[in-house]
Amino acid sequence: MEVSRKMANMLGTDRDLNFKETELCLGLPGGGGSEPETTKATGKRGFSETVDLKLNLQSKEDSMKNASKANNQLLPCTKDPAKPPAKAQVVGWPPVRSCRKNIMMAQKNTSEEGKKVNGSAALVKVCMDGAPYLRKVDLKMYKSYQELSDALAKMFSSFTMGNYGAQGMIDFMNESKLMDLLNSSEYVPTYEDKDGDWMLVGDVPWEMFVESCKRLRIMKGSEAIGLAPRAMEKCKNRS
Amino acid sequence: MSEDDDRSPPLDLRRADIAESSNKTRNCTGVSGSGGSVPGPGPSSMEFQAPYPDQVLENVLENVLQFLSSRRDRNAASLVCRSWWRVEALTRSDLFIGNCYSVSPRRATARFTRVRSVSIKGRPRFADFNLMPPDWGAHFAPWVTAMASAYPWLEKVYLKRMSVTYDDLALLAESFPSFKELVLVCCDGFGTSGLAVIASKCRQLKVLDLIESEVTDDEVDWIAFFPESGATCLESLIFDCVECPINFDALERLVARSPSLKKLRLNRFVSIGQLYLLMVRSPQLTHLGTGSFSATEGMAQGEQEPELFTAFAACRSLVCLSGFREILPDYLPDISPVCANLTSLNFSYAHINADQLKLVIFQCHKLQIFWVLDSICDEGLQAVASTCKDLRELRVFPFDAREDNEGPVSDLGLQAISEGCRKLQSILYFCQHMTNAAVIAMSRNCPDLEVFRLCIMGRHRPDRVTNEPMDEGFGAIVMNCKKLTRLAVSGLLTDRAFSYIGKYGKLVRTLSVAFAGDSDMGLKYVLEGCPRLQKLEIRDSPFGDAALRSGLHHYYNMRFLWMSSCRLFPQGCQEIARALPRLVVEVIRDDAIEHTDETVDILYMYRSLEGPRDDAPGFVTIMQ
Repeated sequence: MEVSRKMANMLGTDRDLNFKETELCLGLPGGGGSEPETTKATGKRGFSETVDLKLNLQSKEDSMKNASKANNQLLPCTKDPAKPPAKAQVVGWPPVRSCRKNIMMAQKNTSEEGKKVNGSAALVKVCMDGAPYLRKVDLKMYKSYQELSDALAKMFSSFTMGNYGAQGMIDFMNESKLMDLLNSSEYVPTYEDKDGDWMLVGDVPWEMFVESCKRLRIMKGSEAIGLAPRAMEKCKNRS
Repeated sequence: MSEDDDRSPPLDLRRADIAESSNKTRNCTGVSGSGGSVPGPGPSSMEFQAPYPDQVLENVLENVLQFLSSRRDRNAASLVCRSWWRVEALTRSDLFIGNCYSVSPRRATARFTRVRSVSIKGRPRFADFNLMPPDWGAHFAPWVTAMASAYPWLEKVYLKRMSVTYDDLALLAESFPSFKELVLVCCDGFGTSGLAVIASKCRQLKVLDLIESEVTDDEVDWIAFFPESGATCLESLIFDCVECPINFDALERLVARSPSLKKLRLNRFVSIGQLYLLMVRSPQLTHLGTGSFSATEGMAQGEQEPELFTAFAACRSLVCLSGFREILPDYLPDISPVCANLTSLNFSYAHINADQLKLVIFQCHKLQIFWVLDSICDEGLQAVASTCKDLRELRVFPFDAREDNEGPVSDLGLQAISEGCRKLQSILYFCQHMTNAAVIAMSRNCPDLEVFRLCIMGRHRPDRVTNEPMDEGFGAIVMNCKKLTRLAVSGLLTDRAFSYIGKYGKLVRTLSVAFAGDSDMGLKYVLEGCPRLQKLEIRDSPFGDAALRSGLHHYYNMRFLWMSSCRLFPQGCQEIARALPRLVVEVIRDDAIEHTDETVDILYMYRSLEGPRDDAPGFVTIMQ
């Protein structure tokens, strides 16, 4: 590979890394999570290399240490195709002002945290026909349709519970009740799913709804009538 | 003051001068300027005499010279003869001090007596990257003290890389009743209490701009210190670098009673909902910094979705947009209404990808200045290149500023920009990998380039494809870009690159070098070849005392030379100090640098009329 050829030219003696790559050893390929923040002069080795007990690994590290002490400059990047051993960070290099570096670091941390907490918030816009404002809700804050409809009712005062049956949500099982609702002038919640289809809220299990809902729109039942066949369709397929 | 003004006039002129100064009947102001360091009797005798022919000339001259605004023109005019020198000094209203240690406040205020606006620069640029130990100097205090008595009508202060304290700001606020503009760039040493005193006492304040400065949180609600009632004169309020929460209600009220406000750049403690409220109060804004551009944490569930789109649509004069400090990309399309008018867009804190960028960039046809993070990748740069045909300045910052990362932007992005943005004048580009070919392409495609700063983050990294040094690329830049005045080099570079710079870089004024070169010859080529060189900053390059000697003929023409972690020894530095008495040669010890030999950590030298400064800290040795 081009990379390793370049390395051969640049580095001279420290070429054992290539052998490391083709060796069979116990660890995972590509190395474990060597976090760049904690690099030392020799860099953290990937998992495969730490597990490997060959002594020449040690001596390579030593020789790198000595080399970097001798001249004030570290060796050029030893490119491990799987994971480059990170160099120690030199003061003031790259020349990015520390306030900018700090801000970037903070942004990285928050985005990583966001990923850890079960994915980022499921923010969706909610609008209601006739209301002059939009709301935004995080679906992950609710555990059921009931909770969602309670919250929507608080946000949009004309959105009353109406004929929602015991669970507070549209009872899809009851075909006639559904048709009544859709013929009335009551408001019903609808949503746009991942496929771009507009559906009546309540037809899929809650978790699936949270995953697939992109946008919510509360419209008059009579307008939602066009969605009913699809809702019935999906409903029937499930039962 | 880039000219050496310490020249005695010829004797006959001096006699005439003495006679004139006693006949001064100035009709402009009652003050008869003493002309600074002119020897002779004071100007107080007002005996009547028929006006000298030169007197008439001086009056005419004054009326003419007051229109000269360029300081280079003024410096030239002041060298014509004694009388021109004096009149120029009287009519200079904007004083620019490129290095605060090159001249003393006393000398400057003695020569220029009617100054309304002062700009002072302090620390060298490499101090921004923690290469200078803290508390090195560049204090505003002696300047503000001198100006408090010398310039009662001072209106504007611009400081860059200076240390400013609360006391300095308090003195400033008290001493200048006409004070209108304060601009602090990359400054430190003060906090929100200092801002409070400015806000409360400077009743004519039009401009309060804090740019990339470090402002400590003294827990003072500085926004509330602006006068509560009546309209303010504020035209510009920039505080995006202030890392402390602000009183939003006070800010909202302030904006509401600032009808002249054109520039407003908020810090990241202003949420998008708050931004909306401010925007509806100030649709006349031309420059807007959006603050966080994100919802506040703990925003009430279902908090009113701000109609940001309409707010932007109402800002018909908006030409410059920045901020986006914690951007929620969902909101990005809301800026669409202003995109077509934008000439300047700063996304350099916005962690967005190519697709998110494309939502807005395709409408930004008038864009001239664009700052962005490399998270947009080469693909994002291609989008910029295809749309922004008028682009003059591009800066691509690294999201992850380390040496060994993937490098989302590369030579491909640079190539695309060079092909699409032919009018490019200034570029700052951080990347992991580059090729000579892309740099050469840019040198050919963008002949208007004046500033070329390429930072290949991997030290000593050669051409990604050919494995050659980057000499030819940078060589092409100096050769083909005939207007080039500023250059920053990086990657694997041999002395050959410097020979190109010396041979072709005839207009280069500022040069930044890091981890480059093979031998003294590199530096020699530059010092011998670049007659316009004014600012040279070098780090971690193998240049030694012999190379330093080769610049003796030129150092008086330069503002400064910085060399850190090179191959200089104290003897070499001392030689320079002895050869050039008007040069201040500072050898700065940096305990953070480890080395086993006697080489100098940091050499920082600059011309000065004052000799060694008296405020040097212990780790600074001034060679003599």
